[in-house]
Amino acid sequence: MKKIRFIKKHRLNRSAGGDMGINILLIIFGAFMFLPMVYAISQSLKPLDELWMFPPRFFVKSPTLKNFGDLFKLMSTSWVPFSRYIFNTALVAVAGTFGHLFVASMASYALTKIPFPGRKGMFQLIQKSLMFHQTVGAISGYIIMSALGWVDTYWALIVPAFGSTLGLYLMKQFMETSVPDSVLESARLDGAKEVSIYWKIVMPMVKPAWLTLIVYSFQGLWNTGTSTYIYSEELKTFNYAIQQILAGGIVRSGAAAASTVIMMLVPITVFVITQSNIIETMASSGMKD
Amino acid sequence: MSEKTLETNQQKPKLRKDMTKFQWTIRNMKVNWRGYAMVAPYYIIFLTFTVVPVILSLILSFTNFNMLEWPRIVGLDNYMRLILDDDIFLLAIQNTLIFATMTGPFSYLLSLLFAWFINELTPKIRSVVTLIFYAPSISGQVYLIWQVLFSGDQYGYVNGLLMKLGLINQPVLWFSDADYIMPLVIVVALWTSLGTSFLSFIAGFQVVDKSLYEAAAVDGIKNRWQELWYVTLPTMRNQMMFAAVMAITGSFGFGAIITALCGFPSPDYCAWTIMHHLEDYGGARWEVGYASAIATILFIIQIAANSIINKMLSKVGK
Repeated sequence: MKKIRFIKKHRLNRSAGGDMGINILLIIFGAFMFLPMVYAISQSLKPLDELWMFPPRFFVKSPTLKNFGDLFKLMSTSWVPFSRYIFNTALVAVAGTFGHLFVASMASYALTKIPFPGRKGMFQLIQKSLMFHQTVGAISGYIIMSALGWVDTYWALIVPAFGSTLGLYLMKQFMETSVPDSVLESARLDGAKEVSIYWKIVMPMVKPAWLTLIVYSFQGLWNTGTSTYIYSEELKTFNYAIQQILAGGIVRSGAAAASTVIMMLVPITVFVITQSNIIETMASSGMKD
Repeated sequence: MSEKTLETNQQKPKLRKDMTKFQWTIRNMKVNWRGYAMVAPYYIIFLTFTVVPVILSLILSFTNFNMLEWPRIVGLDNYMRLILDDDIFLLAIQNTLIFATMTGPFSYLLSLLFAWFINELTPKIRSVVTLIFYAPSISGQVYLIWQVLFSGDQYGYVNGLLMKLGLINQPVLWFSDADYIMPLVIVVALWTSLGTSFLSFIAGFQVVDKSLYEAAAVDGIKNRWQELWYVTLPTMRNQMMFAAVMAITGSFGFGAIITALCGFPSPDYCAWTIMHHLEDYGGARWEVGYASAIATILFIIQIAANSIINKMLSKVGK
């Protein structure tokens, strides 16, 4: 009886010393992860004299939003109107993300729930392709792009994003664990077509997975900087323009800090909103041999 | 879907035992043609932009293609030149292996360890701490802040601090000094590396069946380390495999960070990797045949790393 009460009070196999050690390690490494981010924000709020102060201070003393103002002034003097870069990023991120979501979730549905011959091999190919980095195909990818006539067009940025492998992988694994076959069978007996089962029944059931796909695809496309496929200034993205400002050197270091903060706040905000859904999707991410 | 429902679509259902294996496959292909139609858009794009480039590189690596002339087959010349004549390539292989073995396994172990630690926290704190550890990996160019922290003049925070403390008299040129570049870049890469594998572990720990722990305590598991090794990790084996794949792939994807922090090429080629060599020959010099040989070697290294790790992971909890 006594023992049972003990188990209820404390979690099993946990010592106070161990808890303390874990918390200390979490604080140390948490600081290592967190402080550079804090420093980035602090830098962006520093007036010019604090940016060039010796000894340098970590935290800002008299915060100002002047750097952000300077950034927007710099943007308005750029060769191509700055709104164009923002439009490009928005177009590429939105078109690429939704195309990917649609194409990859439809394929995942078929791979999981329609027993056509060859689907196991098809999925094996996806798993294998997760095992190497994109840079391997970068050079010959250019040859393919130019054969398609897509060099220096939006297509070169948008269409390859449709075929992102991680998105399909996560969606397929999630459908496998969270969509029971029985639901589909009754729909099929009612005479529903595969496409409408996919769209009307399965998609609403896998909301965490498609939110995860959107977030991953959006993050990747948001961070699209210089691409070897794009030459024209008016097709380049916001991230590229920011890199140009960052490369501008000393005079612009305040504006550079401000631009870094803008670039990081967008994906972080997106993650904060969707965190629980992403974790739920990741729960089924395991890879079987 | 079971065979039963499939056969409601057909007037005269044939039985499996009446057909040869080939006939049965053909029948399944016909009945399930919608499956092919539904995977087609994805697979056409995936094959075109992911699989074909790898195969194309492999083929081109045996040619002298340079984008101007029609390629001529040169056999193993590109590979011979890489291994025998290209000193910088050998340096690049060495740096890549150092870099990948320092970032890949450490990022994997850190992901696992901190996901485990974070799992001990209460749900609200857990999501905040998860965000803190995950944020650097999704924040794009934010790693450039390390260049400001370790800036080579006295206004860089680290130099300023060390000078104030009297540990150094002159500012140290952190990102230009070959002695400091590799360790610093590895630290920055690790800082950005708690990404998908980390989230996968966070999720994995949350879904472990709690009753397993109670059963294990009865069976004589004494502390949290034993619990991790004998109970948690074996149930998370698939998660661990996925995270390992992500970590390995990631450890070969840090080329852009190195370029951003210490230039292209890095001083004395001290942080020059295969990824940079590939970019140099493929992107800048247009020696596509030669670059394809580099890409193929990079591909083989990654696949080899994956199969080694796969073997190692099968020993967990045994």
